[in-house]
Amino acid sequence: MTIKRRTVLAGMLASGAGAVAVGMPVARAQSAPFKIGLLTVKTGPLAQGGIQMEQGIAAFLKEKNNTLAGRKVELLVADTGGNPAGAKTKAQEVIERDKVNVILGPLAAFELLAITDYVRDNATPLISLAAAEDVTQRKANPFVIRPSATSGQCSHVMGDYAAKDLNLKRVATISDDFAFGHEQISAFQRAYEDAGGKVVKKLWPPLVTPDYTPFIAQIGKVDGVFHGFAGSNPVKFMRSYADLGLKGKVPLLAGWTGMDDALLKSLGDEAVGVLSAAYYSATADTPSNRRFVAAMQKDYGVLPGGYSAGMYVAGQCVEAAMQELDSKADDRKALAEALHRVALTDTPRGAVKFDQYGNVVGEVFIRRCDKKDGQLVNTVIKTYQNVSQFWSYNEREFLANPVYTRDYPPAKNLEN
Amino acid sequence: MSRPNTQFFARILAIAVLVSLPLWIGNSYYINIASQILIWAVLALALNLLVGYAGLTSLGHAGLFGIAGYAAAMLLAAGHGHLLAVPLALVVALLASALFAILALRATGIGFLMITLAIGQILWGIAYRWASLTNGDNGISVSSRPAPFGLSLASAPAFYYATLAVFLLALASMSVFVRSPFGASLVGTRDQARRMTALGYNVWLIRFLAILFSGFWSGVAGLLFIYYNQFISPQVMALTTSAEALLMVISGGSGTLLGPIFGAAIVVVMKNVVSAYIERWNLVLGVIFILIISFMPEGLVPGSVRLWRVGWQAWRGKRPAAAGTGSAPEAWR
Amino acid sequence: MSLWLTLAVNSIALGGLLFLLSSGFSLIFGLMRIPNLMHGSFFMLGAYLGVTLLARGLNFWVAALLSTLALALIGGLIERVLLRRLAGDPLPQVLLTLGGAFIVADLCLMLWTGDPWQPGTPEHLRGVVEVGGLYFPLFRLVIVAVGLVVAIALWLLVDWTRLGAKIRAGVDDAAIARVVGIKVSQLFTLVFALGAALAGFGGVMGAPYLSVYPGLDFEMLPLALIVVILGGTGSLLGALVGSFLIGFLYNFGQALFPDLAYVILFLPMLVILVLRPQGLFGKVVP
Repeated sequence: MTIKRRTVLAGMLASGAGAVAVGMPVARAQSAPFKIGLLTVKTGPLAQGGIQMEQGIAAFLKEKNNTLAGRKVELLVADTGGNPAGAKTKAQEVIERDKVNVILGPLAAFELLAITDYVRDNATPLISLAAAEDVTQRKANPFVIRPSATSGQCSHVMGDYAAKDLNLKRVATISDDFAFGHEQISAFQRAYEDAGGKVVKKLWPPLVTPDYTPFIAQIGKVDGVFHGFAGSNPVKFMRSYADLGLKGKVPLLAGWTGMDDALLKSLGDEAVGVLSAAYYSATADTPSNRRFVAAMQKDYGVLPGGYSAGMYVAGQCVEAAMQELDSKADDRKALAEALHRVALTDTPRGAVKFDQYGNVVGEVFIRRCDKKDGQLVNTVIKTYQNVSQFWSYNEREFLANPVYTRDYPPAKNLEN
Repeated sequence: MSRPNTQFFARILAIAVLVSLPLWIGNSYYINIASQILIWAVLALALNLLVGYAGLTSLGHAGLFGIAGYAAAMLLAAGHGHLLAVPLALVVALLASALFAILALRATGIGFLMITLAIGQILWGIAYRWASLTNGDNGISVSSRPAPFGLSLASAPAFYYATLAVFLLALASMSVFVRSPFGASLVGTRDQARRMTALGYNVWLIRFLAILFSGFWSGVAGLLFIYYNQFISPQVMALTTSAEALLMVISGGSGTLLGPIFGAAIVVVMKNVVSAYIERWNLVLGVIFILIISFMPEGLVPGSVRLWRVGWQAWRGKRPAAAGTGSAPEAWR
Repeated sequence: MSLWLTLAVNSIALGGLLFLLSSGFSLIFGLMRIPNLMHGSFFMLGAYLGVTLLARGLNFWVAALLSTLALALIGGLIERVLLRRLAGDPLPQVLLTLGGAFIVADLCLMLWTGDPWQPGTPEHLRGVVEVGGLYFPLFRLVIVAVGLVVAIALWLLVDWTRLGAKIRAGVDDAAIARVVGIKVSQLFTLVFALGAALAGFGGVMGAPYLSVYPGLDFEMLPLALIVVILGGTGSLLGALVGSFLIGFLYNFGQALFPDLAYVILFLPMLVILVLRPQGLFGKVVP
C-alpha cells in the first residue's frame, strides 16, 4: 500500500481547511512545477494496460530527472477504475483541484469519449492513448492530440498487407464486441477489400466471454483470420485457436493490442507465427527506444509494449511543446496548439508528427512472432512509413463517410 | 430517548451544513463530490425502500436508474427539450418499474434477487448491443444541463443546490412514505406476509406499489446522474452499479433513512477521493465493509447509535440496556 | 456438420468446468444458505496459486491439490472468524462476502499484477481426441471426467455417509442437531471449507483453458449463480444438470443467436425463474 504523503497533506489542506486553500494565492510563478495528470486504470480488469501506461511515463520522467525544458515536472496519477464516470471524476480532480497543465491518457475509448467535451470546456490539453477514431476526425477536438494510433490506423495496414503481400483471398475476422474492436475490424475490412480480398465472416464475441470455442468453431474454410482482441482476451483466444487445431492451418493476423510486446510473456507456443500490425516495436533500433527498453527492463523487469511506449512518446511531446513555448508553457491553449505542431525525429516508435486533427502520422510495423532462445519475440518484417489515420484514402472523402462501426462500411462478401 | 427538540435542532444543523457546504468546502472538485454523494444517496434511499422496508433485495436497480438516464439522453440527443425529456424519462422509469415488479414479484427472497439480477443484466445487454438505439459502448453525450426558472446549472455550486433540493425532496417523501399507514403495511409484508394476507391486505399490490415508488426515485437519481456527468454509457447499468447501491444500503444500515446516505458517502469518497492517495483503495474499502459488519451487523448508522448508547450508559454508571441489535432506535427511523 | 459436433462436445466440456465451479457454491449456498459472493474470488485465487505452483515446475495434480488445500484453509478461516457471527442473516453476509471479494481481487492484482497468466496444458494431457472425424483437445474432456468424479464423491458424501447425515441434520434444524450431540459449528466450517476448496480446484483445472486475469472472479460468480439457481438450490443433481444445461445453452446460443449474445444466459434464467421460482430441481420452500 503506497500513500503519497505529499498529496495526502495537500488533500487534507484542501478538504479540512478549505477556507485556507481558497485564500491561498494562486502561484503562477515560473518556479512552480509543471503538472502532468495521468488518467489511467490501476484497479479492476483493465489494470494491465493502465499499469504499463504509468510505467511508460514514469520511465520517461526518470530519464529526464523530472525536468522538462528546464522546469520541474510533477506527475499526478489518477485511477479511473476503467469506467466513464470514474474517468470524468478523475478528470475533474486533476483539472479543477490539481490544476494540471496537461493530461495524459485515458486508456479506453469509452473513457475518452466521456471527457472530451469536458477537457475542451476547461481548456486543458489532453494526450490520448485511447483510440476512439472520431476524437481526431469528425469530432476533432483542438485540445486533444494522439501520439499512439486510431483504432484503424494499424489495421488499415494489416488489411493491405494481407491482400497484397500475403495474397490471402478470403478472410474471417473476430474481435471483442466494443467500439475499439468495431473500428479495427472495419478499417481492416475496408483496406483489405479495396486491395482485392474478401471478408467472408465477421464474429463478435462479447468483451467478457468465458470460452471462445463456439466462435472459433464457426470460422469455417478461410485463408486467414484477423483478430482484434484487446486486454487479456488475446491470450485466451489464441490458446483456444491452437487447441482446436487451427494454428498452423489457417494463418492468424492481429492488431496491435492482440500481439503487444508486453503481452508476449503471457503467451505460449500458440502465438508463434502470428502476424501483427503495430505502431510500436520493442525491437526498433532508435536511440530513444534503446534507452526506453533498457529503463523498462531495469526498473520493472518487463519488455515494454504499446501502452507504455505511447505514454513515453506523450512525455516527449510535452517536452517538445514546452521547449517551443518556453515561459508561456502555462498557457493551456498555447500548449494545445504547440502540441499539434510537435514533430519528433527520435522516439521509441520512430519519427512522429501530427495531422491537423491532432492524430499521429508515423511508422507502422508488420511483425511475426518467433521463438528465439525459448523467448517469444515479434520480429519486424515490414515497415510502412508515414502512415496517417486516413491510410491511403482522400482525407475529405474519408471524413464525409460515417465513422467506422460494427456495420459500417457494410460487409458485402459475407457467406452464410 | 426521542426528544423532539434535539432532533429538531439536529435536522436544522444538518440542513445548514448541507446548504452552506459550497461556501466552506473550497474547491469545485469537492462540491462535485458532494453532488455525487447526494445523487447516489437518492438511488440508495430508493433501493432501501425495498431492501430495508419491504424485505425485497434487488440487484437490478441499476437497470431502472439507467433506463431513465438513457430515455432522457436519447430524447435530448434527438433535439427535444428538457421539459419534455425529464417527465417522459420518469414515465419510462415508472413503466419499466411496473414490468420489473410484475416479473420479480413472482418470487420473494433469493428468487426475487435473482430475477432482478437477470432483468438488470438483460437491460445492460440491450444498452450495450442495440447500438443503433443507444450508440453502444460509445455512449451518448448530453450537451447541456437544464436551466430551471432561468437558473443555469452549469457551475458546480448551482448543480449542487439543484441536487440538494431533489435530494431533500426525496428524503422528505420517503420519510412520509415509511411513516404512513402504507409504509407500516409494507413493513408488515416484510415481517409477517402470511398474517397480512389473512388480515385482508393485498400483499402483492403493496409490494408492487413500493417497487413503483422505489423505481420512480431510482429514475430521478438516473436523471441527476446524466445531468451531472453529461454522458451515459452501458457501464451505468452494469451489475457493479446495482451491487454498489446495495453495498451503500447495507453498510449504512438498511431500513433506516440516514443509513443509505452515509453508505453512499463512504463508497463515493473511497472511490473518488481516497483513491487519489491510496493505490489499494479497493482493499481498504473491502476492509471497511468487513469491519462495519463485524462490529455493527445492523449497519453503520444504527450500529453507531447503539454503541454510543451503550457507551453513554456505561459512562453514567448504569448497566447497558439489553437493546436488541437488529433494529434501529426509533429516533433514526 | 463439424460445427454442430464441436459445439456439442464443447458444451459437455464447458459443463464439466461449470460443475467444478458451481458444486462448491451449491454446498455453501444450497446447504448453508450463505449467499457467498466470494465464490468467484475463491476460483480465481485457486487459479493464481495453481499458475504459480506450476511455474515452479510442480506436477499439475500436485499443484491442484496444494491450491485446493490452501483454499480449504482460507475458506475455513473466513467461516470461523467472520461469517459465523452472521448466521442466518443474509444482508450482512452479502456485505461481508462482497467486501472479501474486493480484498481478494486487489490482493491478486498486487501479487500477480494486471497481466494475464496462462499455464501450459499439462504435458501428459496435451493430446487430441478424435471424435467422429473431428479433433478435440483431450484436456477439456479430462475436466469433464474429473467433474463427474467430484459429483459422485459429493453425492456419496452428502447422501450416504454419517458426516453427510450430520450435515443435513445441522442444516435442517441446527438446534435439534446440537441437542443430539452434533457439533454443528464445526460442520459448517467444514462445509464452507469444502466449498471454497472445490472452487479453488476448479480454478486450477480451468486455468489452462480460461487463463487467469483480474476480473475473472466476477466473470465466474454469475455463472455459478446461474447454474445453482437454474438447477435449484440445495440440489447437487440440480447443479450437475444445470452445469451441462448452461454448457449447451452457451455454446449453441452463441452460435445460433449472435444477436442475443449478451442475454443468452440471463434471458432463459429469467424465463425459468418467472415460471418456476424454485428452479428446475428445487423444492418449494415454505
